Order: sequence, then C-alpha cells, then structure tokens
Amino acid sequence: MTTVDLPLVRASGLTKHFGDFEAVRGIDVEVRRGEAFGFLGPNGAGKSSTMRMVACTSPRTGGDLRVLGMDPDVDGPRIRSRIGVVPQEDNLDTELTARQNLEVYGRYFGLSRAHVRSKAVELLDFAQLADRADHEVEPLSGGMKRRLTIARSLVNDPDLLLLDEPTTGLDPQARHLLWDRLFRLKQSGVTLIITTHYMDEAEQLCDRLVVMDGGRIAAEGSPQDLIARHSTREVLELRFAPGDQDAVVPVVTPLADRVEVLPDRLLLYTADGDGVLDAVHARGVRPLSSLVRRSSLEDVFLRLTGRTLVD
Amino acid sequence: MTHTRERAVSRRGSGLVLRIVPPGLYSGRGGVIVERALVVNRRAWLAIVSGFFEPVLFLLSLGVGFGQLVSEVAGPGGQPLSYATFVAPALLAASAMNGAVYDATFNIFFKFKYARLYDAMLATPMGPLDIAIGEISWALLRGGLYSAAFLLVMLGMGLILSPWALLALPAALLVAFAFAAVGMAATTFMRSWQDFDLVQLAVLPMFLFSTTFFPLSVYPAGVRVVVQVTPLYQAVELLRGLTTGHVTWAALGNVAYFAVMAATGVVVAGRRLAGLLLK
Ligand SMILES: Nc1ncnc2c1ncn2[C@@H]1O[C@H](COP(=O)(O)OP(=O)(O)O)[C@@H](O)[C@H]1O
Ligand SMILES: [Mg+2]
Repeated sequence: MTTVDLPLVRASGLTKHFGDFEAVRGIDVEVRRGEAFGFLGPNGAGKSSTMRMVACTSPRTGGDLRVLGMDPDVDGPRIRSRIGVVPQEDNLDTELTARQNLEVYGRYFGLSRAHVRSKAVELLDFAQLADRADHEVEPLSGGMKRRLTIARSLVNDPDLLLLDEPTTGLDPQARHLLWDRLFRLKQSGVTLIITTHYMDEAEQLCDRLVVMDGGRIAAEGSPQDLIARHSTREVLELRFAPGDQDAVVPVVTPLADRVEVLPDRLLLYTADGDGVLDAVHARGVRPLSSLVRRSSLEDVFLRLTGRTLVD
Repeated sequence: MTHTRERAVSRRGSGLVLRIVPPGLYSGRGGVIVERALVVNRRAWLAIVSGFFEPVLFLLSLGVGFGQLVSEVAGPGGQPLSYATFVAPALLAASAMNGAVYDATFNIFFKFKYARLYDAMLATPMGPLDIAIGEISWALLRGGLYSAAFLLVMLGMGLILSPWALLALPAALLVAFAFAAVGMAATTFMRSWQDFDLVQLAVLPMFLFSTTFFPLSVYPAGVRVVVQVTPLYQAVELLRGLTTGHVTWAALGNVAYFAVMAATGVVVAGRRLAGLLLK
C-alpha cells in the first residue's frame, strides 16, 4: 500500500456496457502517484463512464480495475474515503451555504466536526470564496460553483483527485483561475486525473494523457510525445470561399506530408509551414486566408480518429 | 491528517445489517443525513412547528365539534367511548402515516431527481442504505416530535384512559418508520410528479375509511376484511388499544405487521437506490 511506485489506478481490459451499448471497450490505463493524467476525447468517448468506475460509483462490466491497490467491487467505501471527485455536472447541496456544503460533505466521510470546521475555512480560502462563505450556492457564478465543488472534493485530503471536465462551460477568465488552482494542487503532490475535450486544457495540465474515442484508447503519452509521434512540427491552415476548396485539394496535396480536409478549411501538415505556403502561392492557389501554427493535440486527435475534438 | 482518515475507515458500522446487505451498500453512517437535515432546517423551524397543528385542528373540529352530535361510540373492547376519545388515537396514527409518506415521497423524489444530492453522497464512503436509513430516521425524528406533542394535547384534554399510552409514542414511531420505508421504496419506482397521484390514491381512502372516524362494525363482513389488511387500520387498532387501555395479544400482531413492512421497505429502497444511482 505504501509502496511509492505502486500505480494509484491500474485498469486492464476495462469495459462498461449500458444494456447492449458498449460505452468503454476494453481500456488499459496506469496512473502513477503525483502525476496529472488526462483523458482527452470528444463527447461520448466514454470519459465519464471511466471516471465513474474509478470513483467506485459505477460497477465495471468487465476487465480488471485497481484503485489505490484495491478492487472497487470489494472495497468501494474504503477507496472512496481516500479519493476526491469533481463530477461533470456540479451537484452542490442547494439547501446549504457554501461553508455548510464543505462541512456537511466532510461529515459524510466521518471526519470530526472540529476538523471539518477548520478544513472548510482553509478550503474556502483556497477556492477564493471566503467572502461568499455564508451565501447560498445557487446564485454563485459557474466558475465559483466549480471552485466550490473542487474545494468540496478536497475535504478528505484525498490521495487522488478525479476531475470530470473541470472547465467546460466556463468563460476564459474563470478557466484560467481554475487552472491556477489545479496547478497548485499538482504542485502540492496531489495525483490528478482530468477528463477534457479541450486540447489546450490537456496540454496545460497533463503530464501524460490518453486520447480516447468511441470507448477505446487511440494513443498514450505526454502531450509533446503525442504531437511528435502523430503529427508534424507545423500546420498550415488554408481557408477558401465556399465551393472553391475541393478543386484545390489535388493541387496542394503533393506539397505537404499530409492534408486534412475539414468542412471549412484545409490543414497541411509539414515541418516548414512558411515554405509550403510559398509553394502554394507559386502554384497559383489563392486562399482567403492562411495561418501557420505549431501542431497541437487537436491535430493528433484528427490524425488518429479522422474527426475533430469539438464539433 | 492520516489519523482522522484511519478513524473514518474504522468507524464503518458493523452488525446484522452489514451481513445481510451486499458490501458497499452500507457504511453505518446514516446519522449524518439527520445532521444535514438539522442544519438545513435550523432556520426553518417555523415550518416544522406548523406541522404539529394539523392533527390538533382535526381533533378540535371532529372530536370536540362533531363529537357533540355523537353521544358515544363503541371502543376496542366494546366499551362506550366519547367520540373525541375514539377519534384522537386514530388521528395520531393518520398523522404518523401522512408525515412519513410526505417526507419519504415528495421530499426524497426532489432530492433524488432534481437536486442530485444522493449522487454527491455516494461519491463519499456512504452507501445507498445509509441514505435510506438516514432519510427515514429524519422523517421519524420529526414525526416523533409531532406525535409526542399530540399525545400531550390528548392528555390535557382527558382523552388518555390508561398508562399503556406511554407505549403510544414508540408505537407511532414504528408506524411512521414502516410508512416511510415503504414510501421511499415506492418513490424509487416513480418517474414523474404525476406518479404521486397514485400515492394520494392510496393514502386518502385509507385516511377516510380505515376506522379512523367510525368503528369497523359499520361495514358488512366482506368489506371488513379489506379494511383490516390496510396498514392504517393496523395502526389505528394498535394506538387506540394503547390510549384506551384495551390491550390484547392482537397488538403484537400489529407490531409484527409494521416490523415486516419496515424491513421490506428499507431493503427494497436501499437496493433500488443502488440500482438507480450506481449505474
Ligand atoms: N447511464 C447511461 N445509460 C446509457 N448510456 C449511457 C449512460 N451513461 C453514458 N451512456 C452512453 O455512453 C457513452 C459514453 O458516455 P460518457 O462516458 O458520458 O462519455 P463522455 O464523458 O466521454 O462524453 C455515450 O454514448 C452515452 O450516451
Ligand atoms: Mg462526460
């Protein structure tokens, strides 16, 4: 149990069925102590189903799963006492204030009243909600509710924190504030598992991640690894007037390592974006606009699945 | 920090319940739900107090007002009782039923379906059976206060004829427990607010016809059997026997009836909640 290199989560051949539908189709994952691990995938990939199995709130259909070295089917309550869960949808207790949400939740873990009282003060501070401590939670903004939910998940000083789409639906400022809090947690040694369909979030927060699609894992590695392995250094994006795009594809295809055709633009994968752009112009192709950028996880996803992450 | 955690784990309850339910459904921590309810209701005590008045108003209207028109009613052993003495224990039984059913259906459906409160609880070491037991305990605590207050009113009005009435409070709690457990189990089958009309359809006729307001002898023999199997009839019999001092071995039958009803309700509610929430 105390072995430092024992993985906190180890899944092999893990599956989850809902009736006939296979939401998770046999995945292998290992999360090590102290890392921030990500599940990157579009809606319906099976991220939440996986998280709920790890959180011991959804029994697995098949395969093997160990969380903190224990089997969720046998030791669910014991595992849950040592993890923190931020579900995809906030489920704060709307009949309680922010402070009471933390205190009462701590009591569900069997923590003493005195302990949860001081813990709540500490966590309200961490979540930057001290001035809202005794307010109802319903009127709080989306970002504040999210921070309170994260604070709540920390009430038992978890060894492992599960965050299901922590920033979906938040405005950019609220997202950055939240990322900052998650960074601090990571720095303090908490192991994080994060699901997201934002590639910038995955790149910012995750040491290692898996790309998930249709209940399967398509690739695994650090963000830099994945980009190096599955994409080129640069990408040239070309936009055309509606209807013009199809005619251009055969012309530009020989110029790049690979071309992806999206409904609204062409992506040309290459080590040298500017060089290819010059070549495109030299062939008489006149895009409405062009952009050279570095490859991202979005490109990795497109490469692996043929689809975009956010539609 | 580690020591608090160790304690949290070792405090998991033990005993019979743990042996008959699958692991993970119960961690012996239902009391925290009562604690939550106390926090929620700290500021809502007026609403709680108001719940006490309903049966008292019924008692004043029917027992005292309407009772003037009725000279005497035959009590449990056939002895003549004033109408107020006859109707008061039945109102106690009916209010135990109504309070428990209301708490276990409307309130729980809301928390379950809309507030997602139980999803949050199940991410902690608590299990579905903790939720069932905790919610039912809270309903009982509140119902117990109402029952005790109502019994005091009966005492003040001279409607208690026997020291057996001391057992009326635990008996009323048992009745409430059974109704709350079955109500909660029923709630886990409900899909929308419309389904609650069915609850009314079960509760209201029982309230009106389970010998609450008139003795069983008014019914023809065939109908009597139907009335006698209803839980409210069983409750009225038990409580009327205790407050009027006519206690027979049949009271044990009533107690057994509610013990079975309560145990079945808790197990079904716990399992159904597990099936619905732990998908
Ligand atoms: N309780 C459920 N019952 C039936 N199907 C479900 C249930 N939960 C999820 N699914 C289905 O499983 C698939 C994966 O869902 P989910 O794990 O929520 O994906 P993600 O979190 O990656 O968006 C989806 O197609 C979803 O409709
Ligand atoms: Mg999801």
